[in-house]
Amino acid sequence: MAGEAKVWTEGLNFFYGASQALHDINIKIPPHKVTAFIGPSGCGKSTFLRCLNRMNETIVGTRIEGKVFIEGHDIYDRSVDVVDIRRRIGMVFQKSNPFPKSIFDNVAYGLRIGGLKDKNKLAEVVEKALIDAALWDEVRDRLQESAMGLSGGQQQRLCIARALAVEPEVLLMDEPASALDPIATQRIEELIHQLKEKYTIIIVTHNMQQAARVSDITAFFYLGRLIEVDDTERIFTRPKLKQTEDYITGRFG
Amino acid sequence: MKKQTVETLGFNLFRLGSVFVVLILGAILFDIFYKGIGAISWEFLTAEPRMGMTEGGIFPAIVGTLYITLITALFSVPLGMFAAIYLNEYARQGKITRIIRLSIRNLSGVPSIVYGLFGVALFVRVLHLGTSILSAGLTLGLLTLPWTITASEEALKTVPKSYRDGALALGATKWQAIRTNVLPYAIPGMLTGTILGLARAAGETAPILFTGVAFFLPFLPDSPLSQFMALPYHLYVLATQHHDVEKVMPLAYGTALVLIAFVVGLNLAAVIIRYHFRKKRG
Repeated sequence: MAGEAKVWTEGLNFFYGASQALHDINIKIPPHKVTAFIGPSGCGKSTFLRCLNRMNETIVGTRIEGKVFIEGHDIYDRSVDVVDIRRRIGMVFQKSNPFPKSIFDNVAYGLRIGGLKDKNKLAEVVEKALIDAALWDEVRDRLQESAMGLSGGQQQRLCIARALAVEPEVLLMDEPASALDPIATQRIEELIHQLKEKYTIIIVTHNMQQAARVSDITAFFYLGRLIEVDDTERIFTRPKLKQTEDYITGRFG
Repeated sequence: MKKQTVETLGFNLFRLGSVFVVLILGAILFDIFYKGIGAISWEFLTAEPRMGMTEGGIFPAIVGTLYITLITALFSVPLGMFAAIYLNEYARQGKITRIIRLSIRNLSGVPSIVYGLFGVALFVRVLHLGTSILSAGLTLGLLTLPWTITASEEALKTVPKSYRDGALALGATKWQAIRTNVLPYAIPGMLTGTILGLARAAGETAPILFTGVAFFLPFLPDSPLSQFMALPYHLYVLATQHHDVEKVMPLAYGTALVLIAFVVGLNLAAVIIRYHFRKKRG
């Protein structure tokens, strides 16, 4: 884990009302790598992911302590515009959530709300994003059709294209393949592999084989704490802590 | 009893209930249609009442009802929608918003005569709007606000949170997310509920009684501050206040038929809007 971190946290605590969901998380996430968060359900991995683009703020009664840095800037600092943060840090949700608009309008959404009106430029970026999300060949002839008519796997790749179109620096993926069949899952995993050249990717998964396949670094969460983080290969072959070993060998969780 | 017997019994009981409801409604509509259709003519729809309301038509009442419904819509539709958007999207959900919601629900149960009295106090007296189309329309607007707000909030609630989150995660501001990704899908439902509220208001008598409706006017209102005639009150007058009730009874039924047609027309508009948008949404 050499080199500089793209994203890191210091003493991050997170609360849903009175119950503490995250305890003192300190992690460094390097650029242009895939970092996977694993752990049993309710361990806080998704909650932590949503701290990284301030999406937890949309949930009433939540509170955060500590710091989250992106390239050295604290994203929870008062002077920071949350809209700017979410533009720089894209997110793909567990359940694909295409908007009930055309395929084109879905991908163009982020650009349009950003103020881009030039039709040629829009078409250019939409095409590029769809190519990057490995969806272009399947939808190039029906860009004006509703996104709701796509298959589950296509919808999720559309959501990835939509996130890529605004050219984020970091891409957060919250169990992006959990609702997909094995073939669609494989396509998403291949896509993640390609995307890390351009983006820093953080993926939450409950599927350990998936973490082993797609990630360079793996972080193991348990009961709201970050237990161990290391190169994926090391985590899965010779973890330092017994807790981690128990989890990845299927002894609990 | 055997399970199947209970099942059959329950099924028939429910069926009986719905048949009964439809029958009553059908009987009322049939009665009004049967007794009223004879009065309907071009003259009835386009002429003023004559000869102590025993002849002529109900044109001023139709125009008056249209005017106050318009004022009601202009007042309560935007206000109700704004309030619903604030309550559902912006307000911090907690004890205070719960109390506000409860108050709004209770307001929809307040008898309409109470709104009438309040309308007199506020619009006629304090704001010096006099007994007028404006006073009556605004009073009916207050009456429909609880419906408009509740229906609009329900419509906003049907839009999945994932549409909002998806937009926010792409860097949309809250208002951008609402405007581009919530309202387009909520507005059909908002309009439908609102129009139903308007249709109800159009048929109200008590709130306009003190705030501007006139027993008889030989001319059409010429400004929002004029008095007016209205279908529900005209019906009330013909049916109970006229010196020759027997003679004008067909006219009363004709008026009732026109009023029902107006309300059904509004409801139909609501259905068409909903259907149109649903098809568009695909």
